[in-house]
Amino acid sequence: MNSAVELKSLEKRFGKTEIIRGVSLDVKSGERHAVIGPNGAGKSTLFNLISGRFMPSAGSIHLRGENITGLRPFEINRRGLSRSFQVTNIFPRLSVWENVRCAVLWSKGYKYSFWRNIDKLEDVRARTQEILQLINMTDRAEIPAGVLSYADQRALEIGITIAGGADIILLDEPTAGMSRSETEQAVALIRKVSEGRTLIIIEHDMGVVFDLADRISVLVYGQIIATDEPAKIKANQKVQEAYLGAAGHD
Amino acid sequence: MSSTIKTYGIWIVAALLLLLFPYVFSAGASLTTMCLMGIMIIFALSYNMLLGQTGMLSFGHAVYYGLAAFVTAHTMNWAAKAGYPIPLPLIPVAGAATGLFFGIVFGWVSTKRGGTAFAMISLGLAELVYSSSLILRSFFGGEEGISADRTKLFRVFGYNFGPQIQVYYLIAFWTLLCVILMYAITRTPLGRMCNAVRENQERVEFVGYNPQFVRFIAFSLAGLFAGVAGSLAAINIELAQASFVGAGQSGVVLLAAYIGGVAFFVGPVLGAIVVTLLSIKLSDFSEIWLLYFGILFITVILFAPYGLSGLLMMHAQFWRGPLGSKIARFGRLLGAYVIAAIPALIMLAGAILLIEMIHHVAQKGAEGANMHFLRRSYLTVNTRSVLPWVGGLIALFAGFFAFRFTWPTVANAWHKALLDAQRSGK
Repeated sequence: MNSAVELKSLEKRFGKTEIIRGVSLDVKSGERHAVIGPNGAGKSTLFNLISGRFMPSAGSIHLRGENITGLRPFEINRRGLSRSFQVTNIFPRLSVWENVRCAVLWSKGYKYSFWRNIDKLEDVRARTQEILQLINMTDRAEIPAGVLSYADQRALEIGITIAGGADIILLDEPTAGMSRSETEQAVALIRKVSEGRTLIIIEHDMGVVFDLADRISVLVYGQIIATDEPAKIKANQKVQEAYLGAAGHD
Repeated sequence: MSSTIKTYGIWIVAALLLLLFPYVFSAGASLTTMCLMGIMIIFALSYNMLLGQTGMLSFGHAVYYGLAAFVTAHTMNWAAKAGYPIPLPLIPVAGAATGLFFGIVFGWVSTKRGGTAFAMISLGLAELVYSSSLILRSFFGGEEGISADRTKLFRVFGYNFGPQIQVYYLIAFWTLLCVILMYAITRTPLGRMCNAVRENQERVEFVGYNPQFVRFIAFSLAGLFAGVAGSLAAINIELAQASFVGAGQSGVVLLAAYIGGVAFFVGPVLGAIVVTLLSIKLSDFSEIWLLYFGILFITVILFAPYGLSGLLMMHAQFWRGPLGSKIARFGRLLGAYVIAAIPALIMLAGAILLIEMIHHVAQKGAEGANMHFLRRSYLTVNTRSVLPWVGGLIALFAGFFAFRFTWPTVANAWHKALLDAQRSGK
């Protein structure tokens, strides 16, 4: 199998604080890969490095073999990697429709066009409609995104993330703060949208992780201590000591 | 067919109104006022491409307006002297090119950052251009500026653009064209990404767009339209002066956009009309009209942050149900407004009287005790008598308390209208 995202001895320091301490990871194309670890392990920082939000202090990031270290977020996004955020990051005063449409535009090649009537772009309209159906929000298309319920905003966050048709998707705690039934819906949605794509997901809910992931990486204090299939991760002695044991104290 | 009428109908109506206005407002002064309004409408809308659409607060938008005015004056002189067949109506193209050129040059520098950094850079660039206007005399013409004679250009159909009415139609044409174009731009991929950058520029980067480049294009286009406005201003008064690029001009356009409301496309149009009217008419009533202008601005910021257009749009929710019920609903609401307006006006009159008397005593005490309130000789007030001071204070305070007393009436009327509108359905 080809590699979708490959990290080579990645490091990130903020001043003297080392957050990511030499992470190497190879996420295969088409797999659903979960990153777990205790709070403060550096999971979100890892996503910020992969998606170009932060510059790594050392090491390199490869996207399908291409070195993308140091590229800006929009350049990485255009290469087919899209991410969501742990804290909902949408366009609050734009309608749900506009939110999704903004995320569709670039992938349809309209770039910075200021001579085309946006409402007449049939391919953009169709794709926006498709995404809204997928996240089940067709009936709320005209509502400003900022007034949606929390769970709906999380769904919209995923909608924006997948709208551009990226084939590598990073989801940062998509079910955080959700009720049981909301989580179930979110997992069903994630399963659906990650069909045929590469998914990297940060998640605290172990039920979700073991349900969804093909492989799991455990990040503890900026280092990956194990990467393996769910059953083997569960049985891994090091993981139990470092992570599952620590979680037991919560 | 009906959708065509819906799309273009409003522009056709606007064009007809612009054609008819000179016959409706036929006094010579109104023609001048309407010319200034048209120019300010373009300028304020171009400013709102930055502030309202893209969320960029500029303190130096007059740079593109002013530089285009100077290039326009030079172009007119050059075309007239060399006898090139360039008719006056095409001259604003030179202004547009100038605005676009400087928008690209200065935009490349200033749009690297958004937010406060952008605002500060815009201020710096404005100061830079204004101070060079005092140094580069051959281009800016020093204190007297560059004058031009619009009648000396190549004539088409015998129009020499001497009479103001001909200039009015020239300005009206360009105003309508620019308004349509700027409106159209809001409905393009770039226009929507401008809104996205305004809302959340970080997220924009993660949907494939470079927010810096979005800002840059918006800034360049805003420069282009500001250039048209500046060019028309130079044509209108046949002069370009250093004040055109100055902080005052940059401030006025900010005021116009804000007073009209930056959240709606039509806001800056309203703002431009009101600000132009006020800046012309207020000076007929008071020497210190700029003070009232400032008070109006503060009032809008505090109590109507979405501007005049925001206040109007708040009423759109009442426009429901059959026509009769709409009219009845608005009638009741209007009644409540009138009840509130009476004490508010008394309060305002008291405040203005006091301000004017203080100004008179402080600045013109030597001219005698008598003051012409609102510059009307039939409203002569003796500032040394106690009566007007006491009267002013009573009007101010009594007006204020009576005004406060009416707020529940307005709130109640508002609430009832809302319930009524909801009951009527869509």
